[in-house]
Amino acid sequence: MKKQIPLIITFIAGMVMVLQFFIPHKPFSDLQQLFNSWFLIITVFAMILGLGNLLKVHTKRLQRKPKGWWYSIVLLAGFTVMFIAGMVWGIERGTFFDFLFWNVHLPMSSMMFALLAFFVASASYRAFRARTPEATLLLVSAILVMIGRVPLGNYIWDKLPLIGDWIMSYPNMAGQRAIMIGIALGIVSTSLRIILGIERTYLSGK
Amino acid sequence: MSLIILLLVWGINGNVFDTSNNDDSSITVALASNTVVDSLERLKSSKSPAPPTKVLPKDKPNDAGGSIIVTWIKSADDVEGDELVKEYLIFRSGTLDGEFELIGTASKGFEKFVDGTTIDGTRYYYMVKASDGVLHSQPEISEAVSSSAQWFHTGRINMLVATLIISFLILWFIRQAKSGKEIYIRPIAGLEAVDDAVGRATEMGKPIMYIPGIMDMDNMQTIASIIILGRVARKAAQYETPLLVPCCRSIVMSAAQETVKEAFLDAGRPDAYDADKISYLTDDQFGYAAGVDGMMLREKPGAIFYMGAFYAESLILAETGHSTGAIQIAGTAMPSQLPFFVTACDYTLIGEELFAASAYLSKEPLLLGSLKGQDMGKAILIAILVGGVILVSLGFTKIIAWLTTG
Repeated sequence: MKKQIPLIITFIAGMVMVLQFFIPHKPFSDLQQLFNSWFLIITVFAMILGLGNLLKVHTKRLQRKPKGWWYSIVLLAGFTVMFIAGMVWGIERGTFFDFLFWNVHLPMSSMMFALLAFFVASASYRAFRARTPEATLLLVSAILVMIGRVPLGNYIWDKLPLIGDWIMSYPNMAGQRAIMIGIALGIVSTSLRIILGIERTYLSGK
Repeated sequence: MSLIILLLVWGINGNVFDTSNNDDSSITVALASNTVVDSLERLKSSKSPAPPTKVLPKDKPNDAGGSIIVTWIKSADDVEGDELVKEYLIFRSGTLDGEFELIGTASKGFEKFVDGTTIDGTRYYYMVKASDGVLHSQPEISEAVSSSAQWFHTGRINMLVATLIISFLILWFIRQAKSGKEIYIRPIAGLEAVDDAVGRATEMGKPIMYIPGIMDMDNMQTIASIIILGRVARKAAQYETPLLVPCCRSIVMSAAQETVKEAFLDAGRPDAYDADKISYLTDDQFGYAAGVDGMMLREKPGAIFYMGAFYAESLILAETGHSTGAIQIAGTAMPSQLPFFVTACDYTLIGEELFAASAYLSKEPLLLGSLKGQDMGKAILIAILVGGVILVSLGFTKIIAWLTTG
């Protein structure tokens, strides 16, 4: 029963969602919205689990003091300050919580995002080393697209932007669409395996 | 005041209500003096716009009811650069001789209005007038029509056919596999390397890190990722290698904990399962990236798996992982992130390979049969694509409508 009940629930939920795609009549038309609402409710309750796990893991780290344990102090302190700020003064505009969000959280997020520029540079350096014919093709395509997208490209040769656009619109688009078709089929296949109970790994099925 | 304005109008034009030669025409006289002047000028110099024709309401197809689409042929005065028509006014009434209520407007040039406020089964008459903002055209009244809900979306017949064909193929190959027929699946380098990666981490005495993407359990990629996690966790349990799973979503964390726990139980190592190693970090995208990067640099995992849906954080994670010297295997169905993973990881599962991973790793005939069916579906789609290109090139454009979903 431990496995059969989840399998039955999965089958019914999966089939209902497939049917609602083809049946616009009520109650089917409302089911997707209903299921999404249920999912949101579950997510809110699961958030409590997540926070509990976070606090438990980092409290244990403080007790055991493994490598880098002091980062847990920062995390717990940050959590406590934000939690108290939100609970005591609210989260509306102009509150202390809002101040922390805009002046601490957001700059740190932006900083992480900005790191991407350096990672792109280091990854590109490795990818564009023309060691194989494929890498050479990648290098040439990338140079043409990049130069074609900046004013300098047009200054060097007015056809460069057109070449860049052609690479993006045809070979690149064709490749992306081929991948998308494969993904769509993969999703159908995986969904069918799960709905029919053939795929049971998540239930400890071998 | 109103009386003064009325007298002014009367004095200038004699009988303003005859300007459109229509008793039903309504005239708006604004109180603001400049508007009054404009209106008077208009009344003096022009006539009301020509009416729209062929007002045709019909039940909105393929919906849950409550909607009627009203179409018309635009007024003869509705031409580019001419201000004679500014908008169309749509009126509705339950009876032909009853009072028509204004239910909406459509801009100049438009020939369609969707009334989404109908009650199914109730018959409605529609009236459309062209308006220049002051004068309205003669009304065009439609036949009565009622809305209703449909039990089948006719615009999705092609999707139904495709779903049935692909499902049939998958089930047929599963049946073939059940009957013992050997099924060949092309080798996928990234999946062949999973065992090697786990083995390498074990030999180095380092943990394995598994990152299930940043999306929630309602995303198919995350579901596929959790299934693969089960396979990886079983190997990790067999080799007694620690498995770290930092999660971006609470539900994913719960699902991952259950999956890993069951995998360790299956492998006969329930004692080795540590729930704290499958932890929740944060829902914030870059906060998660920072947290995982920190774990990578502290724990120095021997193998890192990135399986699931990733966005801009993909390269931040993969480059940091690369700097630690770990063997990295990625898999995602996000086409825009694939180049980053291809660049920074040792192996990358591209799109559909992510969904094939579980079946491939298990080597179970039933699951492999579904993969074969999926491949056959792809072959059919390729044939349709090639055939479609040829037919459209030859002028047979109907196929575009056949393959378009409503």
